[in-house]
Amino acid sequence: MSALKIKKGSTSHSAYDLRDPFAEVMETHTLAVLVDNEAGVLARVIGLFSGRGYNIESLTVAEVDHEGHRSRITVVTTGTAPVIEQIKAQLGRLVPVHDVHDLTVEGPSVERELALFKVSGAGEKRVEALRLADIFRANVVDSTLESFVFEITGTPEKIDAFAELMRPLGLVDVARTGVAALARGA
Amino acid sequence: MKMMEMRTMSRQMTGAKMVVQALKDQGVDVVFGYPGGAVLPIYDEIFQQNDIRHILVRHEQGAVHMAEGYARSTGKPGVVLVTSGPGATNAVTGMTDALLDSIPLVVLTGQVPTFMIGTDGFQEADTVGITRPCTKHNWLVKDTEKLSETIHQAFHVATRGRPGPVLVDIPKDVQFATGTYRGPREAVASHYQPKVKGDLAKITELVELIETAERPIFYTGGGVVNSGPGASQLLRELADATGFPVTSTLMGLGAYPASGKGWIGMLGMHGLYEANLAMHDCDLMINLGARFDDRITGRIADFSPKSKKAHVDIDPSSINKVIHVDLAITGDVGHVLEDLLKVWKSRGRKVNKEGLAKWWGQIEQWKLKKCLTYKNSDKVIKPQYALERLEALTKGRDRYITTEVGQHQMWAAQFLGFEAPNRWMTSGGLGTMGYGFPASIGVQIAHPDALVINVAGEASWLMNMQEMGTATQFRTPVKQFILNNERLGMVRQWQQLLHGERYSHSWSESLPDFVKLAEAFGWKGIQCKDPKDLDDAIMAMIEYDGPVLFDCLVEKHENCFPMIPSGKPHNEMLLGDASTEGAIQAGGAVLV
Ligand SMILES: Cc1ncc(C[n+]2csc(CCOP(=O)(O)OP(=O)(O)O)c2C)c(N)n1
Ligand SMILES: [Mg+2]
Repeated sequence: MSALKIKKGSTSHSAYDLRDPFAEVMETHTLAVLVDNEAGVLARVIGLFSGRGYNIESLTVAEVDHEGHRSRITVVTTGTAPVIEQIKAQLGRLVPVHDVHDLTVEGPSVERELALFKVSGAGEKRVEALRLADIFRANVVDSTLESFVFEITGTPEKIDAFAELMRPLGLVDVARTGVAALARGA
Repeated sequence: MKMMEMRTMSRQMTGAKMVVQALKDQGVDVVFGYPGGAVLPIYDEIFQQNDIRHILVRHEQGAVHMAEGYARSTGKPGVVLVTSGPGATNAVTGMTDALLDSIPLVVLTGQVPTFMIGTDGFQEADTVGITRPCTKHNWLVKDTEKLSETIHQAFHVATRGRPGPVLVDIPKDVQFATGTYRGPREAVASHYQPKVKGDLAKITELVELIETAERPIFYTGGGVVNSGPGASQLLRELADATGFPVTSTLMGLGAYPASGKGWIGMLGMHGLYEANLAMHDCDLMINLGARFDDRITGRIADFSPKSKKAHVDIDPSSINKVIHVDLAITGDVGHVLEDLLKVWKSRGRKVNKEGLAKWWGQIEQWKLKKCLTYKNSDKVIKPQYALERLEALTKGRDRYITTEVGQHQMWAAQFLGFEAPNRWMTSGGLGTMGYGFPASIGVQIAHPDALVINVAGEASWLMNMQEMGTATQFRTPVKQFILNNERLGMVRQWQQLLHGERYSHSWSESLPDFVKLAEAFGWKGIQCKDPKDLDDAIMAMIEYDGPVLFDCLVEKHENCFPMIPSGKPHNEMLLGDASTEGAIQAGGAVLV
């Protein structure tokens, strides 16, 4: 947050909106959606994105409050500024949705994703894969004589970078969880 | 006291009984429905009581449109009860219609028993899956303990915030099982509480704009009607006190009276010249409960280029969806207008008198175009003439109008005047042919002594004509005023203007003899084709104590003007006497 306490971007309903409403630039936003964990709620959220032609880059969901039956859905989406505003407004009017937070504009946040990489090979390549995994702080969670499974957490960019490096070294399979994100601070 | 209440309100009963009890406790007096295997327990309960009237329809789509007519004309939610599978799928069009026009409905569907869900059981359909995108919210109730509460929640969601249709899917075993009934006040409060009060700082900003605007306009929509009679009253007060012109969308007609001094007519694709030009040239546009639909805006880039735009809407997702506005006020139109009037009065009721006088001078100039002029004939009934006569002969009466979809709908909007809200029921957002006839029955059920007229096209009317039996059975004296051009007139008009006059499948072949059809159902049938006989025929229709099918044979090739072709700005409108050749270019042709 800036010294003036004006949130960067904020919403277009705000007087402090600093973005051009007609901008055609695509932006990527991470939204945290708090919902009642009731039957069909995920279908409702996904249906909204597909029905209205919005993009989903990644989506994670899990119950975060077992007593209150609340789930947290983290969606990474891309669109122009007005489309992002629409997505938030459309999410906000779904009945089981309690809150929509745009972590990208509501001040700093942390984002993490977990991924598993299976890399197979022998000799030089195998050694190189292990060396790079170490640099990236990836753990070996399974190994055979001709393969490793690495576990890595980090930002999606870090995971992308790791994937690029593993590709020539015998990458055979990837599983990614999608992003989990929280706002920083108390 | 509270304990006592709890004890009397919470009772053990079957799910089926709960349904009826919950409807009673919600003040429901009529249900539109059709039975089937999966709702038999509920129908058994309906049989054993007299508080709720059940209107047996002839097709579930009819039930939903009737409930829409009922809801739109009373302000109360309409209630529908249908069976699983085909019963539910037949209701889909009506629910989509209600969603687009923000009509509060509670639709109850039967479902196969919980232990059969997912087995492709007889008459099983994934009703909540199918209706998820065409309801405001829906529920599958798997436990009788949760049933009463869910129904109360359903009424809450349907009527709060921006109204809309909701659906509760009730498996048959849940109807048979016994559980605890909870009354509306014991139901857990829903977190769904849309904000109705507008932000005062923003309302004050709007007042500032109102005080100085030179060319202001109120652009009102269905939201004013939905907000309740109070909102219409406040709109009238504000518009008359400021002296600002008022235009309205199709859905908002009647919120401000057609006889009001600020009224400049409907806007949009088939709106009045003066209304559309005023929208284009204004310097302050005050949108009250309308949603910048594409029928209204025309080409977005050229939409009202010189104006500051304010938008009052209860649904935040309507704001900045299509048109970026300068001032957004989220809230209920009625509440916002109340505060707006207070602030405006307290600051000395200022307006820019000089600017306004000039603005009205300009509007009067536009009115001289007389954009609704048509060439009348003494040989054939012009549809516009038929509506002018209908208007003249029914004006002073307690009158409700519904319509089907097509040219006749637009002419009805242009030529009939509405003095009060909730008197005009039409399918705006979805444009559902087949809406008007069942809707007219729903209106008549709610207002048994009123004059209810469905202005119809012959093609639309045939789409739900099975409801003739319903009208006969329940003695609803609805008047079906069919402007019969033997054409899918609106389609034919587009083909003429856009598709080189190739009239592909746009005529009505093999029409029935409407008079005989009327008689077959015990109705009165009237046919009229000579303009000289029209007044007498209309009077015969009005005065007949029962349903009437009026076959008004009109000019077959009349086009509906003014018209802003899709993709054109407001100031490039086609008028009746204009050459229409090449008026619509390829770019516009892809739009609907
Ligand atoms: C269910 C449905 N199907 C198709 C259409 C497309 N459509 C719009 S108007 C129209 C013609 C309506 O003909 P009619 O009811 O005779 O009215 P007219 O335009 O002739 O007055 C059609 C087919 C529609 N709106 N709804
Ligand atoms: Mg027709």
